[in-house]
Amino acid sequence: MSRTIDAVVSPTQTNTIPADISGQMLDLDEDDDLEVFSKDLTLADGNMFNASMPTSPGSMVNQCKFEEDEESDSKDIFITVDNPESHVTAIETFITYRVLTKTTRSEFDNSEYEVRRRYQDFLWLKGKLEDAHSTLIVHPLPEKFVVKGMVERFNGDFIETRRKALHKFLNRIADHPILSCSEDFKVFLSAQAWELTTYKKQGPGFLSRMGETVRAVANSVRGVKNRPEEFTAIQEYVEDFSNKIGSLDKVTQRIVKEQKEYLEELKEYGPTYTLWSGSEEELAEQLKGVAGCIERCCKETEEQVGHLSDTLVPVLHEYVLCAETLKAVLRRRDNIQAEFEAKNEALATKKVDRDAESSDLGFVWGSLLGKNPEEARHQRQERLDGEIEELKEEIDKLEDRVEWANNALKGDWGRWQRSMRGDLKSAFLSTAEKNVDYYEKYFIFIHTQITVSL
Amino acid sequence: MLSVYQVYLLPGNSVYCGSTISPSQIPLYTKCILRLKVILIFYSLQGRTLILKDIKSHESLSLVCITQLERRMADAGNKESAPIGGDEFTNTELENNKNNTMVEEGSTLLRRMEISVAEAEKRTGKNTVNMQEIFTVYLIETRPIDAITEGHNPAPDSLWRRYSEFEILRNYLLVTYPFIVVPPLPEKRAEFVWHKLSADNMDPDFVERRRVGLENFLLRVASHSVLSNDKILYHFLTEEHRWKEVVYETGFQAKADSRIKALSATFRVKNPDKRFTEMKHYSDELQSLTSQLLRVRARVADRLYGVYKVHGNYGRVFSEWSALEKEMGDGLQSAGHHMDAYAASVDDMLEEEEHYADQLKEYLFYAEALRAVCRKHELTQYELETASSDLISKKQQREELATGMVRTFSFKGMTNKLFGQETPEQREAKLSLLEEQIVQGEETVTEKTVECEEYVKGAWVDMQRFKEQKDRDLREALIGYAVMQISMCKKGIQVWTNAKECFHKM
Repeated sequence: MSRTIDAVVSPTQTNTIPADISGQMLDLDEDDDLEVFSKDLTLADGNMFNASMPTSPGSMVNQCKFEEDEESDSKDIFITVDNPESHVTAIETFITYRVLTKTTRSEFDNSEYEVRRRYQDFLWLKGKLEDAHSTLIVHPLPEKFVVKGMVERFNGDFIETRRKALHKFLNRIADHPILSCSEDFKVFLSAQAWELTTYKKQGPGFLSRMGETVRAVANSVRGVKNRPEEFTAIQEYVEDFSNKIGSLDKVTQRIVKEQKEYLEELKEYGPTYTLWSGSEEELAEQLKGVAGCIERCCKETEEQVGHLSDTLVPVLHEYVLCAETLKAVLRRRDNIQAEFEAKNEALATKKVDRDAESSDLGFVWGSLLGKNPEEARHQRQERLDGEIEELKEEIDKLEDRVEWANNALKGDWGRWQRSMRGDLKSAFLSTAEKNVDYYEKYFIFIHTQITVSL
Repeated sequence: MLSVYQVYLLPGNSVYCGSTISPSQIPLYTKCILRLKVILIFYSLQGRTLILKDIKSHESLSLVCITQLERRMADAGNKESAPIGGDEFTNTELENNKNNTMVEEGSTLLRRMEISVAEAEKRTGKNTVNMQEIFTVYLIETRPIDAITEGHNPAPDSLWRRYSEFEILRNYLLVTYPFIVVPPLPEKRAEFVWHKLSADNMDPDFVERRRVGLENFLLRVASHSVLSNDKILYHFLTEEHRWKEVVYETGFQAKADSRIKALSATFRVKNPDKRFTEMKHYSDELQSLTSQLLRVRARVADRLYGVYKVHGNYGRVFSEWSALEKEMGDGLQSAGHHMDAYAASVDDMLEEEEHYADQLKEYLFYAEALRAVCRKHELTQYELETASSDLISKKQQREELATGMVRTFSFKGMTNKLFGQETPEQREAKLSLLEEQIVQGEETVTEKTVECEEYVKGAWVDMQRFKEQKDRDLREALIGYAVMQISMCKKGIQVWTNAKECFHKM
């Protein structure tokens, strides 16, 4: 049974944020975890940062949330992301998160690792995984800086939301049978900061990556001709799913907004009864009773809105991003197939070329160069044969590649659907439960009020 | 075991009772009776026969006639078995009920006659400036109670009245009984609206609520010990066409105009009755407090409406999404239905809340009537004080004239000194004039004193009556409001529990 950790640590304040670095505004597009602090800092409100995690494996297991999942391999790697801290250097300011790993896997030298990573590092990891396994579904990262939410960026909620999403990201990778074996993943979890920087510099250089990108663009322009039916079906599903989940995301955010506005009015409503009770004798108690009920409603509503924002909103948002990931994965698969098809076409053309009668032009050139027609034709045949052989080899490799890509995607597709169902089901369940709880608590309160003061 | 039943009046003249809470206090039980009355008044008295059924077993608890019910509640020491709750209703409770009912002591019209505002209709006609207009008329039905109790079921007498005629009736009552806190009419224009409510006077919901309010007005007036005996009221209920002539013949219109002037005049009263000053102060507070409450309530209703309705979107999207999914499909589809139900449930809830708002609004308008009674006292007191001080100054003048001593500076005194004194004849003439005036003045003062005393007496009694009525009614309304909230919670629990089941199936 596969388990996912939701390590929730009670937050306490860590005093590492400087109060005013407004002079160091940097271009936000370049580095996404630069935090620019203005004088109106609301970060120092006690509840933002997480304290150190208890580090014994026993206590970690206690914090596991057991999911009913079909996967039968037992979990041998536990990862948590916590303790955001801000770092100030001469050039920039950014936030790092502590990544704590406990594992019994043999490919790791130790059983425990504690490292600090910044958002950039996560981005790098994601990129590497996607490069290496282009048709596997990698769980999305939380988004980069959202312009609309300018104010939120600087407060604890944003950082906490991001932390949770990063935590989920790493755990999803750890759960994945193929991705979790990636060398890049291992380095990410275990290397110290400077080691990671060195490691990042290795690998295909800038130019070769450019070349790949160009090829990918060319392939996507060409398009795929014979996409297998099942992938078309998946693509249609992803389109529709993307729409639906996007709508759900919007609806839920709208509900949060409406609830907040309702709460604002409620807060003004209760006091009107209290005020009135001051002018009454017989009715005073009853009026205060109603005021009390409304106050209680406020409290419960606030809790409910909080729960919605913490539980349902992030999950829906995650799956909006997932839909985009899926679209990208399908595109990459298509590109691989397109490349294969393109080479096949090239082969066919070459074969036609070779089997065709030698053209007059070739004959003419050949004779100009002093070759006799027979020889020229023979040379040409040999050359084409060679090229055809090369092509055939390439095509074989590409064919393997296509097959591997398709299988990987098919396998991962099932996995993804299962976790999607699990995630969304539990998020909606939790929301429904909270709503029942909301009404039940309020009901009991009014009930007692009626018998007491009304 | 005593239980409080929540009572709903349904079409087909049946009423359903569901037990809500079971306190052990008797007063709460009588609340049920009150609630029954209030609901009946607000929803309609169309059903003459009330069948109370237990909501779980559907057994009939009792059969009762509404008017009998009212009479029983008003009569003290009635030994007949009680209509509601069967054996649980004892004589002591009847006694308690008597104090708690809307039906007043003494002989009131409502005891002899059943009154209701049964329907509303649109009419067209020419108005005062000869232009075509559309207006609403309300059907007033009356039946003598004796005929009903004797077992006959006569058809009611009926006539149509429009809102403006009710206004005339009320203005007449205000002027004729200035010491009475006259029940208010439902609002002329829709106020405290929130977005779903229409501010249009022709809107059917507004018309319906107004019909209920007009009936409530008539019932309150017809059960008032003083007002119910008024002949004009009787004509209003029984004579469709000649009524207006009759009421104008009383000459109330002139008094109405001067009353309005008097209400807004500023004058200083030296010795008002402290109780009235306090009451006036209270009426001002009541007005501002209730209007603030109603304003905020409307905003809250608006927001709540928004929250519920947005959930309807879940219904739509879940439904569409369920078509995409194989395993989750069923769960999503049914969850979607529950979301739709949730969104739809808010309409009924808020409609019920409008009735609560109407109950509060009645007392917002009552506050104005209360204030008017206090002002009238100030006016009569002021007139008395003016008459008294006039009398004193006249007496002083007489003294000065008689003794030749000038106590206070007077122009006359100065001119006398400057231009010489008047002749004895002139002085005699002045003296006798003054004597006449003093006699008149003394009469006036006596009259005014009596007027003032009687007014204070009568007004104080009615203000006490009003206070008790207000405390009862508002307490009832507040409990009703809490019960409404409970009902909202129950529905919420049900919907989300169902939704939870569906999500489980996903």
